[in-house]
Formats: sequence, C-alpha cells, structure tokens
Amino acid sequence: MRIAGKGLATGSKTVNFTFNGRHLMGLEGDTLASALLANDIHLVGRSFKYHRPRGILTAGSEEPNALVTLGTGAVQDPNIRATTQALYEGLEARSQNCWPSVEHDILAVNNLAAPFFGAGFYYKTFMWPAAFWEKLYEPMIRRAAGLGALSAEADTDVYEKAYAFCDLLVVGSGPAGLMAALTGARAGADVLLLEEDSRLGGRLLVEQEEIDGKPAAVWLQEVLAELGSLENVRLMARTAVTGAYDQGTYGALEQVGHHEMRRHSLKGSHRPRECFWRIAAKHCILAAGAIERPVAFRNNDRPGVMMASAVRAYLNRWGVAPGERVTLFANNDDAHRTARDLAKAGVHLAAVIDSRHDAPESDLYPVMRGAQICNTGGGKRLESITVRSVRGEEKIQTDCLAMSGGWNPSVHLTCHLNARPVWRRDLLAFVPSSDAVPGMQAVGACNGVFSTQGALNEGAAAAASVLDALGLQGARAEVPVAEDVPYQIAPLWAVPGKGRAWLDFQNDVTVKDVTQAATENFRSVEHMKRYTTQGMATDQGKNSNVAALAVLADVTERSIPETGTTTFRPPFVPVSIGAMGAGAVDQGFKPQRFLTSHAASEERGASQLEVGLWYRAAYFPKQGETNWRQSCDREVMLVRRAVGICDVSTLGKIDIQGPDAAKLLDFVYTNSFSTLKQGRVRYGLMLREDGFVMDDGTCARLGDQHYVMTTTTAAAGEVMAHLEFVAQVLRPDWDVRFTSVTEQWAQFAVAGPKSRELLNGLLDQPIDSDSWPFMACGEISVMGIKGRLFRISFSGEEAYELALPAGYGDSLFRSLLARAEALGGGAYGMEALNVLRIEKGFITHAEINGTVTAHDLGMAGMLSKKKDFIGKAMAHRPGLVDAERMQMIGLKPIGAVKELSAGAHLFAPEDPVERVHDQGYVTSVGFSPEFGQMIALGFLKRGANRIGDEIRLVDHMRGIDTLCEVVEPVFYDPEGERCRG
Amino acid sequence: MRIACPICGERDRREFYVKGAALERPVEEAGLEAWHAHVNLRENPAGIMAELWYHEMGCGSWLTVTRNTATHEVLKVELASESGLGGAV
Repeated sequence: MRIAGKGLATGSKTVNFTFNGRHLMGLEGDTLASALLANDIHLVGRSFKYHRPRGILTAGSEEPNALVTLGTGAVQDPNIRATTQALYEGLEARSQNCWPSVEHDILAVNNLAAPFFGAGFYYKTFMWPAAFWEKLYEPMIRRAAGLGALSAEADTDVYEKAYAFCDLLVVGSGPAGLMAALTGARAGADVLLLEEDSRLGGRLLVEQEEIDGKPAAVWLQEVLAELGSLENVRLMARTAVTGAYDQGTYGALEQVGHHEMRRHSLKGSHRPRECFWRIAAKHCILAAGAIERPVAFRNNDRPGVMMASAVRAYLNRWGVAPGERVTLFANNDDAHRTARDLAKAGVHLAAVIDSRHDAPESDLYPVMRGAQICNTGGGKRLESITVRSVRGEEKIQTDCLAMSGGWNPSVHLTCHLNARPVWRRDLLAFVPSSDAVPGMQAVGACNGVFSTQGALNEGAAAAASVLDALGLQGARAEVPVAEDVPYQIAPLWAVPGKGRAWLDFQNDVTVKDVTQAATENFRSVEHMKRYTTQGMATDQGKNSNVAALAVLADVTERSIPETGTTTFRPPFVPVSIGAMGAGAVDQGFKPQRFLTSHAASEERGASQLEVGLWYRAAYFPKQGETNWRQSCDREVMLVRRAVGICDVSTLGKIDIQGPDAAKLLDFVYTNSFSTLKQGRVRYGLMLREDGFVMDDGTCARLGDQHYVMTTTTAAAGEVMAHLEFVAQVLRPDWDVRFTSVTEQWAQFAVAGPKSRELLNGLLDQPIDSDSWPFMACGEISVMGIKGRLFRISFSGEEAYELALPAGYGDSLFRSLLARAEALGGGAYGMEALNVLRIEKGFITHAEINGTVTAHDLGMAGMLSKKKDFIGKAMAHRPGLVDAERMQMIGLKPIGAVKELSAGAHLFAPEDPVERVHDQGYVTSVGFSPEFGQMIALGFLKRGANRIGDEIRLVDHMRGIDTLCEVVEPVFYDPEGERCRG
Repeated sequence: MRIACPICGERDRREFYVKGAALERPVEEAGLEAWHAHVNLRENPAGIMAELWYHEMGCGSWLTVTRNTATHEVLKVELASESGLGGAV
C-alpha cells in the first residue's frame, strides 16, 4: 500500500498499466515492482522447476523471481525484471512459466514430485525406455524448459552501438562513485559516470541519513547539479557496465527506450531500444555497491518474503509499504534500519528476529534475540512465520518478512579478467583482490567498505590517485562528513531443520540439493554449481553464490576460502543479442555488391545468384521458358554456335607495377612469368606455403613493368592479402606496388565463334587472329574510351574479355547484348558458364578445395624447377605427390540412372558402400547439351590410371546410386582448337 | 582490444586479421624438417609472442605485434617489413 508523503515520487501523475490482463494504476517514477506492491500484488510468477508461487524479492537487477513478459508479437520481451522495469503509460506485463494463470498453475504438481527433481535428476531419469526419449521426453523437457518465451516474430526494434573514450570511467553513482567523479571532474579529468539505475544516487536514494549535516537527498541534488554543469563530465543513467576487458576496455548497455512505450511515428523513425557501448578508459573506479543476501530456511521463498534493504527501498524511494504486519529476520545491524524506517512511517512491526544474542534492541518494536525463523506459512502469500528460540517454537502472523543475511560486495567486474575475489572473515564476504583488472580500483561497498563515510573517503582517494597518474593538478575536493557505523554481523547461512530451504530462487536449488551434490562426491564448487545448477540462472548467482558456498563448505567440513569460489563472467546483466549486433541486420550484416550490368540483367528477368556478397545473373529466361535448364541449355549452345556475353567483373583484378613486378609474379606463381612477353597473357597456378593449391588465374603483361593479375571471385581478397604479405613481410626490398582494381573495370566475356565479328563492329580499331592470337592482350578503345582486351577463354570457344572503366559498364553491356542478339547470340549466366567450363575441364574453387595439389590436378608440369616460389618446398613432400592420391577425372553416367550430383562419393562397383572403400568424390556437375547427358568432374584414387574404368557414384542425401565411366577430365575439344580459331 | 598501427594509430582489433606467429621463412634448400616446422609446428607460449597482423580494414600494412598471451598486454608494434622475416633471398 502507498504511504502518503513517503517516497521520491510524491505528487507524480498516475500511470495506467495492466498485469495479467488486469488494469491497474501506478505513479510516474514507479518500477513495475513498486507499482504492483502498491496495489498489494505479491504473486508475480511461478518458480522454474517446482512451479511454486513466487513474489518480488529485491528492488534491483539481481531480482530472481519477478520475471515477467512485456508486450506481444514482434515486441514481446520475456524475462524482464519487474524491479528494474520503469512503469510507463500502457505497459502490458504478464507472468511467466505458469498455465493457465499464475494464480492457478497446472504444473504446481511438480512441487509434489519434488523428491524426483533433486540435484542432477536429469542424469538419473528419462532414460528408459530408450525409444521414449525422442518421441516423449525430449519434447516434454523442451516445453518445460526456460521461463519466458519469444514470440518467434522478427524483432522490429532498432539498436545502436557506440564508442566512448575517457580519462576516468566511474561505475556506479552512490556516495563512493559520486565522490570519485566529483574529485576527478573538478581537477579537469574527462569523466564518464555510468549508473545502471534510472536515477543517479545509489543507496542515497533510499537511506535516511545525513551528509555534511543535511539530508542525503539534498547533498545528492547539489552534487548532481555540479556534475551536470561541468563540460568534462558525462552522466549516463540506465547504463549498466556489463563487462571488463583488456586494455581498459569496458562494455556497457544503455537502455535507451525501455522506460517508454515504443513510438512508431508516421515518419517511421525509431528511437533505438538499446545502445551497446564500447568504452576505452584510461582509468576506472568501480563503485558498484553491494547486494544483500538472503538467509536459507524452510519455505523461505513465499511471496511476501523480501530483502530487508528492498523493503526500505520500496518504503523510502517509492512510498510503498509491502505489508501491514511486517517482520524482520537478520544477522546484522544494518537490516534493523528497515524496522526503524517502517516504524517511523507508521507501519506495524510484528517482530524483529535476530540470530545474534547481542542484537540491538529498540523501543519502537519487539526484538527477539538469539532466535531463528525455521518455517513460513501461507499459500500464494506469506501468512505466518515460525520462530525458534530458547523458548521453543512460536508462530507469528505476518504478511511481509524482511530478511537479511548480510551484504555481498559487487565484485563481478573484478573477476572478468580471471582474478578471484578474496574472503574476508571479518565481513563474512568476498572482496576484490587488488590489481584484479589493470587500471581499475574498487571503492566503497564493492570493496567491503560499507559505511557512507568510508565510501566517500575511498572514492575521493581513488580519484586522487588517478589524477596523479594523469598528471592533473588542482585542489582536491573536501570529503564531507557522514555516518560511519561499524558493520556488525554474525554468521548465518542456513537455518538447520527439515524441509526445503531455498538458495537459488530462480533455478529452484535448495540446501538439500547442495548437500546431495556433496554426498554424491561433487565436492568442488565448480562441480556443485553445474550438478545443481545453482548460480546458473540469469541472476548469475548474485543471490545465492556465497550462501551455497557456505553450505558446501559446512557439509564438506572445509572453510569457505578452502572450498573456493566460482568466478563471474560478462555480462553483468543480460544483454540482448540485438544490441550486441547493432547494425548487423539484413544488409548491415551482409552488404550487397552489384555489377554494372545488374539493372540490365534485372530488366531481362535474370535470376540472381549470390556469389559471396556479389549478385550475378544465373540465367536469362526467355519468353516461354519455364525451367532454368531450358535457359541454361540454350545459353550454352548460343556460346558454342554464335556469341555470348557474360559479366565477369567480379573476378579479382590486381594492377601490379614496378621494376620488380616480374620477380613478385615469379615468386607467387608456380610457373614462370618473368618470361612473359609484353602483350601476352599466361595462366598461372598459386600455392599456399604448405604446397596445396590456393588459386588459379591469368596474368597479363600490359607494359614493360606493368601487369594485371586476375584471381577467382572467391579468392580475390585472400590473394590480395597474400600479395601484401609477400611484398611487405617476405620481400620488403623489392620495388613493386600493386592495388586492387576489381571495381574500377567493368569486364565482359565475349565468347563464341562470332566473338571477333562482334568486337570488330564495336572497337575503334578492328582485330584479326594474327595481331590478336590466343592469349594476346592490350589496350583498345571503344568510341574513344580507352579500355583493355584480353583474348582468353573460359568456355573453350574463341573468346575475349573486354574491359572499360566501370562507369561505362551499363551502356557497354547493353551494347554488347544488342550486337550479340543481332548475330544470333545473347547473354549467358553463371549456370551456362559453369557447364561450358566443365565441358572443358577448367577448374574453379569447386576443385580447388584446399586439399588438392598441382599433381592432383594434372598440373605437375607447372611447378618450375628453376626458381623458388611460395609452396615449392612443401609441394614436393612424398604425401603430396603420392600416386595413390585422388586425381582429377571426368565422369559420364552409363547406368540406368543418368543423374549425377556434386558431393557424391565414388566406389568400386564390387565394394560395399562403406567409408573404408571410399575412392573419391564428385566436385562439379552439369547437363551438357552438346553430349545430351550429365557430365561431372571429380577426384578419384589413382584416377589418371583408371580412365575407362567403371565406377559407382553414390549420393545418400539425394538418393542417387548409379554407374559411371571414368574419362579424361575434358569432354569437349580436347586439343583446344576452337579457342585458337 | 586495440592495436597501435604505426601508420594509422590505435585501432580496434576488428580492423585487423591475425595470421599467426611471426617466423622467418626458411630458404628453399633448408630441408623438409625445417619447412615442416615452419608451416606446421608452433610454440604455444603462455607469455611473450611475436605475431603477424594485417590491417586489412585500414592501411593494409602487415604488422609484427609482440604480445603477452597470458596478460594480453601489447608490448610492441612495428611494420613487418622491418622485421626481417623473408629469410635469405
């Protein structure tokens, strides 16, 4: 219920929202949790395994129970913590992990089957009968797994990523962080202060205390005003630092749009939902505070059982009393502040139960010293507690229990670079080890210093040391005076007794589970964690790690430091994948590269093929063609009989110049290029240093010291990097320069018996077979525009490649097409290009698959004996020249089935089709209109010696099993006469 | 992680491609053992190591980066062309 006059949001406007379909009202400044509590709603969800009723436990991002789903459809957001979700007009939230409703959940029967769901139950169940696994158990488990659900619709939210640099990154805006930021800022450091909460101030937003003689809230306002006025200070709320990384790098998630309804304006502009920051900080001060830990006792998980600090946060910050008859259970002095604040606000305290015999007493409320809570009563809401003391056991009526087992410093970020925290017996807590993260200092509560004065002192001191390191002078800020009460605590991890006592609320792990793990010899904390799943929920064990460790230590009769601790890893809070991958959606993830001929191809209805990031026309369907094969067959024949035009601009083109250009080519190619004459092109083979084939291509000599190398489309980037490696790392003394010109030249294949006729209608100077023999190259011009012509052939017909600067690509393509069509030819695409080259046995990266050598390809003759080249030494290893290796062959179907497929494997017809009998595989297939059947290229053991043999081709995936004849890997014009035309 | 490219200054790791250990290329006649070691065998130190990085999204320089693989500290960055890794020509 709301307490009039309490809370920071007094007088704020009302906000309408729904929870499980029920219309409710809250105030601006509420979180969903504070608004639910104000409406006296405690039951918010059902636990993971046992489907027990659960309520709001905390007031922070460590919340394990109050996870809800917001929205529906594309904007559905599961597993949102009600404790950090800002309330906005029209918010729609609903409970998770329950059906049909949170009030009446069918799977609550799981609670009765609890003995079967103990630690590691999934290793002992769902095993028999074996057949049931796939049909029954797995589907069941999948349905039951997880808490919230996704809608399966595409995410329509927009995310951003950003980068920031600063002298000093301050994580957390409580007293320690504010003091650090103030000290640094006043001396001129560039300060970035990040706060996870929606408002800055940390515990100063909750605790009723004084700083420098004035209320903490007033001091806070003054400091924020000063920081806000300084140009060298950036303040960011709703921004959680998620991870610490090398070199002073930090990740942070800014929740830009979570606190308001998504706006989809008519202009379609979206406020980004989240922004993921990468921050490079010269120094970092971690002022992340501490998280209060629960106590484990029987039935400690009922709605209405909350953390003591959370109860006073709801009271002091949001003006909400979570109950009318409140009790408190603690082992430390700090928790008593909740009782005091409640009493002063007029809320009835039924009892304060403290496990310590020397607990402080009060005239405001009764205190039971040396007592423990051993059970709770109630169903969907807490109704009573049972207290055990020297007097025996007694029941107390209560609707809200505020519990506290002490405080855990938030050491998480200090563990991200593999440091382990250190146990402090005096604090009964882990604190950061020094130098855990280079450049980061921990101050205040996260460093085990719990008093406000201590926090202020540490923040100021740490900032002062940062200023020294930065070399910044300036008067240091005076540290104000604040409370400095010592931290008094006695150990209390779990109350002994029967029944289940919860440690990890989110994963439903109890003291019994940890004990059982130890009994089954999972005694190391790493094993206990994974066997019980304690600490593996989205709260990353924030509420259970230390207590579980203490229980394990107790059960295995070791001390806590001896038992050790698990580490923390990023992210500190869950980060949506959309934020991590901001910008990498659709074209942002996979940019599109288009050819100059793309528009014309599209106009002709070409089917586009994605080749890496490029789009290339696969075929150009003509009127009446309904199947791609019709188009492909026609295009193959128009190249063989007339003339075809194909855009080959995607192949890598590298312009190489300089006195040592020929030396570079001789070094990277297996064959000789220093002997290449000007005006000629040569085919070259490139190896990796391990002797395997990396790429093939042609290299043209256009001038005395000027070459243009081509690569395959697939390997263009790789070859470029390779050339840079050779030139910079291996031969830095050579005088050679090169650059990629792939996108600078639009290049088209003009292929077929009428190719020269076509060109002579277009080029400014005609060509003939004597002046332009096969493998000639040189400069030409078209309508006065200078370009290049290469007489090379990938189809096996007389063919040329014509290149003009890319700006002329579109009009050149259209002109070439019109001329080709006038000669009875036309455009051809990738499908036809592939058939043509298979007919000739020309290789692509289907054959150059990284496991193939020059010998395998039948190109051993291209390995020069006269010069060193990349890969030479390793290429001659016995294993790479072995006659037993798979060598390239051709295949023709001779069995009843005429279908061949790439990826099929080859077997001797008399062998069983088993892996040990595998003789090879098929790399490329196509239907050859010339031969009226499918043909293929592949690799076969001792293939060169098995020409004419029968071989069995098997493709299990496509259900093909047929006989083939092994043939030479060239089907059409083996003498190569047609291209020499 | 950031690498200080001698030409471009400090840049995000993702602008680079890492090839691996910075090793001197053996001469052609060094023998198979030496070549096998160069291509296939690597020390895997938990400590200081020299690596080759390629600034492919930047200036295209190959760099020799001396790095501590245990602490991730980057100790030195130089142009690989100055590292003498080509071996005898």
